[in-house]
Amino acid sequence: MATNVIMPSLGFDMTEGKLARWLIKEGEHIEKGQAVAEIETDKAVVEIDAPGSGTLLKTIVSEDQTVPVGTLIGIIGEEGESPNQIDMAASTVRPQTPPLPAEHASPSTRSDSEARIKASPLARKMAEKAGIDLAEIKGTGPGDRIVERDIEAMTKTIRSAASANRIPLSRARQAIARRMTESKAKIPHFYVSVAIDMTQPVKLREELNRESLDSEKISINDLIIAAAAQTLAKFPSFNASYRDDGLEMHSQINVGIAVALEDALITPVLREANKKSLKAIAIESKALSERARKNKLQAGDLGSGTFTVSNLGMFGVDEFSAIINPPEAAILAAGGVAERPVAVDGALAVAPMMRVTLSVDHRVVDGAQAGRFLQEFKKLMENPTGLVAKDSG
Amino acid sequence: MAQQSYRDAIREALREEMHRDERVLIIGEEVGVWGGTYAVTRGLYQEFGDRRVKDTPIAESAIVGTAVGAAMGGLRPVAEVMTMNFTLVAMDQIVNNAAKIHYMFGGQVKVPLVIRTPAGWGQLAATHSQTFEAWFASLPGLIVVMPATPYDAKGLLKTAIRSENPVMFIEHARLYGVRGEVPDEEYILPMGVSDRKRPGQDLTIVTYSRMLHVALTAAEELSKDGIECEVIDLRTLRPLDMAPVYESVKKTHRIVVLEEDWVTCGMGAEIAARVSHDLFDELDVPVERLGQVEVPMPYAKNLEALMFPGEKEVIGKIKEMLS
Repeated sequence: MATNVIMPSLGFDMTEGKLARWLIKEGEHIEKGQAVAEIETDKAVVEIDAPGSGTLLKTIVSEDQTVPVGTLIGIIGEEGESPNQIDMAASTVRPQTPPLPAEHASPSTRSDSEARIKASPLARKMAEKAGIDLAEIKGTGPGDRIVERDIEAMTKTIRSAASANRIPLSRARQAIARRMTESKAKIPHFYVSVAIDMTQPVKLREELNRESLDSEKISINDLIIAAAAQTLAKFPSFNASYRDDGLEMHSQINVGIAVALEDALITPVLREANKKSLKAIAIESKALSERARKNKLQAGDLGSGTFTVSNLGMFGVDEFSAIINPPEAAILAAGGVAERPVAVDGALAVAPMMRVTLSVDHRVVDGAQAGRFLQEFKKLMENPTGLVAKDSG
Repeated sequence: MAQQSYRDAIREALREEMHRDERVLIIGEEVGVWGGTYAVTRGLYQEFGDRRVKDTPIAESAIVGTAVGAAMGGLRPVAEVMTMNFTLVAMDQIVNNAAKIHYMFGGQVKVPLVIRTPAGWGQLAATHSQTFEAWFASLPGLIVVMPATPYDAKGLLKTAIRSENPVMFIEHARLYGVRGEVPDEEYILPMGVSDRKRPGQDLTIVTYSRMLHVALTAAEELSKDGIECEVIDLRTLRPLDMAPVYESVKKTHRIVVLEEDWVTCGMGAEIAARVSHDLFDELDVPVERLGQVEVPMPYAKNLEALMFPGEKEVIGKIKEMLS
């Protein structure tokens, strides 16, 4: 019996993936769960595991080929299984291919709209010669027709950009550009900030880490993740996605951790963070960051995030506002912990303080709820014993 | 070089060719004793006598028919049809005889005939103010010449008279008084060759006959705004010499055709079709045509003045094409 290897969906918004590399050659044996191929998505390169044991009978999609999610990319079967059976397996899987998201209808739509681009014949000729895509140009002629001067202007722009040493966009850069633009354009953001007294959490962290192994050491960010996850459990509307036909309330609380890479940003996901102990969060977040930096994230590490925590505290940043990572409803931006003057019982004192800013999708929740969310978050952070309670269990 | 009127230049061409070749004769209404309605043939009757300059009854079909027969018989008649409107009466002779006899008799007979006739208007009303040049230009078998300047008129008429083929030589009533330089020495100009009358790189104006002068004035005005129009005078409407037009449009990517004819099925339609077919990839704006308003000519002077595009309209259209 043949087992189909299909292009997996690694997140809500993943519509296609590029087969970066086959890790097993045709004819080689593979065990279920062993990495069979590397898939490059908009976000990262991830390994996909063999769904069954056997011989890799056929690689249907070749390396560097980009195919829609759900496409059959390879077949694992018993050694000696005939190509006919393979073909049958291939044909039976096709109807099961999930209907492609709307974005996938675009190649044909796009070609239609390209046919409708109004350009003078001369402009078309010039664009073809210069290798310029007419779709990228806004026409200034009658009825927005693309005319000679538009191509000339574009050629000039390209030439000056070339002299400015243009770096081609990486796939990750493109994805960030697209997603962040989409987020800012579509989501009505609002921002709520609060200052948190970090005296207790700093103390707690020191105590907990005194005896711990390096891999188990808890960071401030782990406390933030734990507090955020518990706050989300109490305020489920922040763990939701706005859809045109209603709010999608997520059953899991999956906290994305923004990890800076050399030339990009990636948010591996800590699943069901509200159900995990602080120690488990610490171990897992460390491992996730590590894999992200080494470009070794696995299929399960990405996608399906429901909330994101972004922390620039390590750079001495006091506070900042983050852009929501769609389709999430909110993102928490944390600044660094620094000693600040505070008023305590009418007297000036010094305390380690941290400012966090919550960016919220106003279509999903309103200001008062955001205020209550931060109030709860602040309470959990400033009295962190609640966060470690699970560890004793 | 002497300044000469368009009328005098044509008369000189006739006189020179009549001296040069005794087979050349003139036939038409009032062309002899009276010297022609537009005074083109004035003095030729006195100079060459009644065997070379023949007055006829008011019967255009007979004039052209006689001229066709004379040409077939070995003479070189120049028939004058008083205005282009009267060619309608001679249409069968022009279309079915003059243009086809050489072809239908397997080349055994030639019809070396010139039909001179002026287009034009000036409170002559609907039936006497027409320009049919495109009708003739659509006929295989005819050469159609429509000069705009005294120099071109003289040089082209001499060539037309020497041609072995029937030629419609269309003058313009409103050009007879226009003066221009004409060489003292003899010269001829080839038919079927368009002429660049003004160089420019921003836009091509293609025109002929009286509209050339409108085009040149408009181009002069536009030049003050830094817009340089190239002006191409077709001079011969059949066969059409498109080479200078193409050369120009490859440079300017914009072309407007000016004509005095109604634009529907006019010369502009033919030019537009050829340019958009042969130079499709060179066009940055659609080919534009400016011509007569599509109604019969009114008699009232103020309305008549609204019938044709003037410098102002041409400049407006060109600025629109360049905006």
